[in-house]
Amino acid sequence: MAITEENPGYKWVGTRPIRPDGLEKVTGKARFGADLVLPGMLYGKVVRSPHAHARIVSIDTSAAESMEGVKAVITGADFPDLAANGAHPSDIDVANNAIARDKVLYEGHVVAAVAAITREQAEAAAKAVAVTYEVLPHVLTVDEAMADNAPLLHEAMITKGVDPAPEEPSNIASKILHERGDLDQGFGEADAVVEREFSTKPVHQGYIEPHAAVADANSDGRAHIWCSSQGHFQMRAYTATVLGVSPGTLKVTAAEIGGGFGGKTVIYLEPLAVRLSQRAGRPVKLVMDRDEVFRATGPTSGTRIKVKMGVSKDGKITAAEVWMAYEAGAYAGSPVGAAGMTAIACYDIPNFVVEGYDVVCNKPRVAAYRAPGAPMAAFAVESVLDELARNIEMDPIDIRLANAAVEGTQASYGPKFPRIGFVETLEAIKEHPNYTAELGPNQGRGVAAGFWFNAGMMSSATVHVNENGTATVVTGSPDIGGSRQSMALMAAEELGIPYESIKPVVADTETVGFNDVTGGSRVTLATGAAVVDACRLIVEDLRGRAAKTWDVEVDQVEWVDGQAQHVDGAQPPLSLNDLAAKSGRTGGPISANASLNSRGVGAGFSTQLCDVEVDPETGVTRVVRYLTAQDAGRAISPDYVEGQMQGGVVQGIGWALNEEYIHDTEGVMENPSFLDYRMPVASDLPMIDCAIVEVPNPAHPYGVRGVGEVGIVPPMAAVGNAIHDAVDVRMTELPMSPIKVLEALNENDG
Amino acid sequence: MKYVAPSSVEEAASLLSSSPSAQVFAGATDVVPQIRAGRPAPDVLVDLKKIKELVALNSDGDKWTVGAATPTAYLTEDDAFSHEFPGLAEAAGLIGSDQIQNRSSLGGNLCNASPAADSVPAMVVNGVRAVVAGPNGTRVLDVSEVVTGPGQTALDDDEFIVEFEIDKMPSRSGDAYLRMIPRTEMDIAVVGAGARVTLADDGSIEQAVLALGAVAPTVVRIPDAEQALVGSTADEETLNAVAAAASEACDPIDDKRGTVEYRKQVAGVLAKRAVVIAIERAEQRNGTN
Amino acid sequence: MPRTHITTVINGDETEFLTEDSTSLLNALRDEVGLTGAKEGCGTGDCGACSILVDDRVNCACLMFAPEADGTVIVTVEGLADSGELHPLQQCFLEGAALQCGICTPGFLMAAKALLDKNPDPTETEIRYALAGNLCRCTGYDKIIRAVQEAAREMRGQ
Repeated sequence: MAITEENPGYKWVGTRPIRPDGLEKVTGKARFGADLVLPGMLYGKVVRSPHAHARIVSIDTSAAESMEGVKAVITGADFPDLAANGAHPSDIDVANNAIARDKVLYEGHVVAAVAAITREQAEAAAKAVAVTYEVLPHVLTVDEAMADNAPLLHEAMITKGVDPAPEEPSNIASKILHERGDLDQGFGEADAVVEREFSTKPVHQGYIEPHAAVADANSDGRAHIWCSSQGHFQMRAYTATVLGVSPGTLKVTAAEIGGGFGGKTVIYLEPLAVRLSQRAGRPVKLVMDRDEVFRATGPTSGTRIKVKMGVSKDGKITAAEVWMAYEAGAYAGSPVGAAGMTAIACYDIPNFVVEGYDVVCNKPRVAAYRAPGAPMAAFAVESVLDELARNIEMDPIDIRLANAAVEGTQASYGPKFPRIGFVETLEAIKEHPNYTAELGPNQGRGVAAGFWFNAGMMSSATVHVNENGTATVVTGSPDIGGSRQSMALMAAEELGIPYESIKPVVADTETVGFNDVTGGSRVTLATGAAVVDACRLIVEDLRGRAAKTWDVEVDQVEWVDGQAQHVDGAQPPLSLNDLAAKSGRTGGPISANASLNSRGVGAGFSTQLCDVEVDPETGVTRVVRYLTAQDAGRAISPDYVEGQMQGGVVQGIGWALNEEYIHDTEGVMENPSFLDYRMPVASDLPMIDCAIVEVPNPAHPYGVRGVGEVGIVPPMAAVGNAIHDAVDVRMTELPMSPIKVLEALNENDG
Repeated sequence: MKYVAPSSVEEAASLLSSSPSAQVFAGATDVVPQIRAGRPAPDVLVDLKKIKELVALNSDGDKWTVGAATPTAYLTEDDAFSHEFPGLAEAAGLIGSDQIQNRSSLGGNLCNASPAADSVPAMVVNGVRAVVAGPNGTRVLDVSEVVTGPGQTALDDDEFIVEFEIDKMPSRSGDAYLRMIPRTEMDIAVVGAGARVTLADDGSIEQAVLALGAVAPTVVRIPDAEQALVGSTADEETLNAVAAAASEACDPIDDKRGTVEYRKQVAGVLAKRAVVIAIERAEQRNGTN
Repeated sequence: MPRTHITTVINGDETEFLTEDSTSLLNALRDEVGLTGAKEGCGTGDCGACSILVDDRVNCACLMFAPEADGTVIVTVEGLADSGELHPLQQCFLEGAALQCGICTPGFLMAAKALLDKNPDPTETEIRYALAGNLCRCTGYDKIIRAVQEAAREMRGQ
C-alpha cells in the first residue's frame, strides 16, 4: 500500500475485521429482493413490447382477466397521465418508462402487468394480454438517430444547449460544450498530432440479482414496498411520482441488494407492484427474468467519439479537441454531460474544445453505470495519448506526469482542484514491480488513467447507545459493497469502543432521516460523515453526563478510549458501559441524529497497468497481469476498497474485450443472456494487483474519497494500449473482440 | 407438462410412442433454457436418467460403451477413458461449467443438434456409433449421420439414443479437439475442430480424420485435409494445406457469435493445431495403451 | 393439475413437498421448502447463483425439474455450516472479504465445496476453471480465489 501520510494512530479505521453483515451472507440467511414471501402474496408478470418503436393501438385485457387465478391486470391507463397534469418533463419520462401509455420506444418496454396466485398462472395471463401495435420506423444508434429525416422518438424534442434553439425537433436532446484557449494555436505548437475516431456499444451493469419488488397496499392508499435498490428514498420518490401520490403514503424497506453499479438507482417494478396490489387487495411480488433485465434495464450508452490531440516534443499536451455523441436510449439523459467534464480532466491542457450530444434512440433508457459516461471518453482520450507518447518516444507514465492535474490546476470543467492524488497513482504504478516485469512472446503492456468527481449529496444517521454500552448505527444508505463495515469502523473510532460493539443498520424510509442514493461513491464519504457527526454528538453528551456525575465543568472531561476521563485524573474513569447503565439518572437514553449535505467531495484518480497476450492467429486477447493504483483518500476499510478497485477493473476488462448489446435489424436484442452477453468468468482473469494510494481528502474527517467508480474508467484504454504494444494494432472499437482484433491484424498484414 | 422417469428402455419407448409431443431429456441443460426462451414445452417430458444402462460407462476389451444420458463429468473423471480418448474427453469437458458437466450428456449434446455442439466433431473423428431405440427395437447409426441440420436429426419422433459405442483407440493413434470461444469458459463454440491420426511405423501419417463444428449447418469432415495428411509427416507445408482445406470446407453464417470470415480463417488455425496435438498424442501411444 | 409429491433429504432432514412438474427445483426449494439461500440470477445455468449439491455433485437448481429431486440427497448453502459451526469456506470467505453484495456467495460456496471435496489441493488455475460457472460482478474474483485457496489449506490441516 502506498501511503503518503502516516496513519495518525487510528485503532479501527484502516483495519480488516469481518464485515457485520457477512455471516448472513455466507449462510444463506440474508434476504435479497426476491426472497421475501408475505401471506397471501400473488406473483406478478410484466407484459413487454416485442417492437423497438410502435404506437399502441389497443390493449385487450379481458382474456387475461378471466383466466384462473388472475387477480389483477393493469396497463398504462391505470396510472395518472402526468403529461396532461403538467408535470416536470423528467418526471413524465420516469412514468412513461415505467409503463408505456401511447408509444413503446424500445423492445422490452412495459405495456401491462398481471398478478395471479401462482407464477405459472401469471405467466399464462401475461401471454393472454392482447396488444395491437402500429409498428413505426426505429433508430438504433447515434448515427441513425442524428441522420437527416430520422424517425423521431419524441415529436416535440428540441435540442437544449443550442443558441438560438433549433426550430425543428430532432433526436438530439441536448448539446454540451467546454472550451478554453485557442485550438488552432495549440495544434500549431504541437510536434505530433493524432486524430482518431472511436465507437463503443451499450454495456450492461450486469448485477447478478435481477430486479425484484414486493408491494403490500392498504385500502386507505398507504403501501409498503420491499425492494432491492441503491436508494429506497429515491424509490419512494419515483414511485410516488408515477402513482401520483404523496411520498409519505409509501414506506420502502431496503432488501439486501445483489449488485447495482448504478443500475438500481431507477425504478422499474415498484409502481407496477403497488398498483397490482391495490387492484388485487393482496401483496404482489414482481421479479424480472434475466432476459428482461437485459432488454429493459440498464445499460449504459453506446457512443461515437472523435479525439484530436497534439503534444510538443517534451510531452506537453498543447491542444485537445473532443467530439462525442452518447446514446440515451428511449428518453433524454445519457451521461454525456459527465463524459464532457471528465474526458480530459486528468490533464492540464491550455487549449481545448469538448463538444457532446445526448441522443435518444430505440433502446432501453440508459441508467447510471459506475462513473457514468467517463469510461468511453477515457478509452478514446487515453488511446490517443498512448499513440502520442509512442510518436514522441516517451514513457507512457512520464507523458501523463508531464501533464497531470495537481492541486491548483484549473480543471477542464471549471473549478480549481484542491489536494488530489493523481501524480501519486502514476508514481505508484512506476514503482511497482509489474511495471518492469518481463513480457513473453505476443505479450504487451498498456497504461491508462482515469478521473471521477465522486458525489457528496445528502445523508442522515442516528446513533443509539444501548444499555450495555454497545451502539447501534442507523443509516438509510443501502449497503452494496461493504459500507456497513465502514460505518462501524468510523463509529468505533469515534466512540472508542470495539468494532464488534457496533451494530450498523440500514433502516427503512420511516425509521431514519432522508438519504440520497447509494451512488457516486458517496456513502463512506457522506453517510460516513453523518455517522461521525452523530457519534461526536454522543461523545459531547457523554462528557456532559460524566461532568454531571462528577459535579465538574464539562471542559474537565475528556473522551479517551471509550471512557470519560477527568483531565487531572481526579475521578476514576467512566466507561461508556458505566454511563449507559446509568443513563436514566443522567438525562435519559443516549442517542443522536445527524443530517448533512456533504461538505466537500474528494475527486478520485486511478492509473492502471495491463499486460495482455494476444493470439495472433485467432485474435483472442487474455489479460495476464493487471495492476491498479487508486487514490482512496483514506481507506477506512481496505478490504472493501480493494474490492471496489478490483471489481471496477474487471467490469472494465469485460467492457474492453467482450461485452456488448447486439440488436438485430428490427431492434430486438439478440444476446439477452449471460451465455451470449459475455461478462468475465474467473478463468478469464489473473489476480488484480492493487496499490491503494492515500492522499487524504481535506474536507472529510478521515480524509475519505469515494472509491467505487473511478476504477472502471481506465481499463478499456489500458487493454487497448496493451494490445497495441503486443501486436501493433490500434483498436478503436469496443469490444476488442477476437473478431475485431483478427480483422485489424489481417489489415496490418495485408 | 408432465414429468415421467421410466426405469427401462422399453418403458421409455412406449411413453414416447403414446404421446405425440413427448420429449426425452437427460440433463435438461438445453431444454430448460429453450423453454424459457419461448419454445413450447412438451406435454410429457421423459427423464432418461433413471434407466440404469443409460447412465453408465463401460469398456469390454474391444470397445467402450457410453450410456446416452451419462453425465459428461463421468467421462472426464474416468482416467482410463480420458487417457485413451483425450480429445473426446476434453470436448465433452468443454460443455459448460462443472455444474453443467454433472448434467450434460453426449446424447443430449448430439440430439440438441446445434451446429456448435462440442462433443460431436470429437465423436465423428473417433467413428463413434449411436445405438438408437424405437418402438421396433434398436438400430445403429454413425454419429455423423444423426444430425441432419440445425435442430434436426435423423431420429424418428419415437426414437432416442440409448448408448454410444466407441472402438478402442488403436496403437500409435491420438485424438484432439480444440474450440475457439471469446472467453475461456461458458461460451458456445465459434469454431470447433476435431482431429484423429494414426501413425505408420516410420512416423508418417497412416490415417487422418478431421471434422469441424460451428462452421456449417452440421459437423463437416475435411477430406482434402485428410488426404493431404496421409503419407506426410505433417510438415509446415502440409499443415498449411490442412488449414486452407479446413477454411475451404466451411459453410458458415454471420451471427451474434461470429462472422463468416472469422470462422473460415480460425477453422484453418484450429484444424492445424488439432492435428499437431493429435500427432503428439499418437507418438506417445506405442503398443496397446 | 394434481401436484407431484416429492421426498428428498435436504440438509440432513427428510423433506417432502408438492410441486408442479414444470417447476424448477430452484423455485420449489425457494417457494415450497422455504430455503431461499440459492438464488436465481439467470434461470439458464449460466451464472451458478443457484448451485446446490445433489447426491454430492454440484448442480444448477434452475436447470433441474423439481420432480427430479425425488429420492435424492440435497445440500444447500443453509446446510453448509455444521450445527452453527461455519465450514472453512464460509469462514475464509468472511475473513478474506470474498463477497461484496453477497448474491453470488451461496453458489460460489457450494461450487467451491464440490471442488475441494474431490480435489483438496487445487492450483489457482484449477480453482478458476472449477468456479467458471459462477458469475460474480462485484469482486473481480481475486478475493474469492484467495479465500478458496486459504480454505483448502486449512482443510488440509496446513
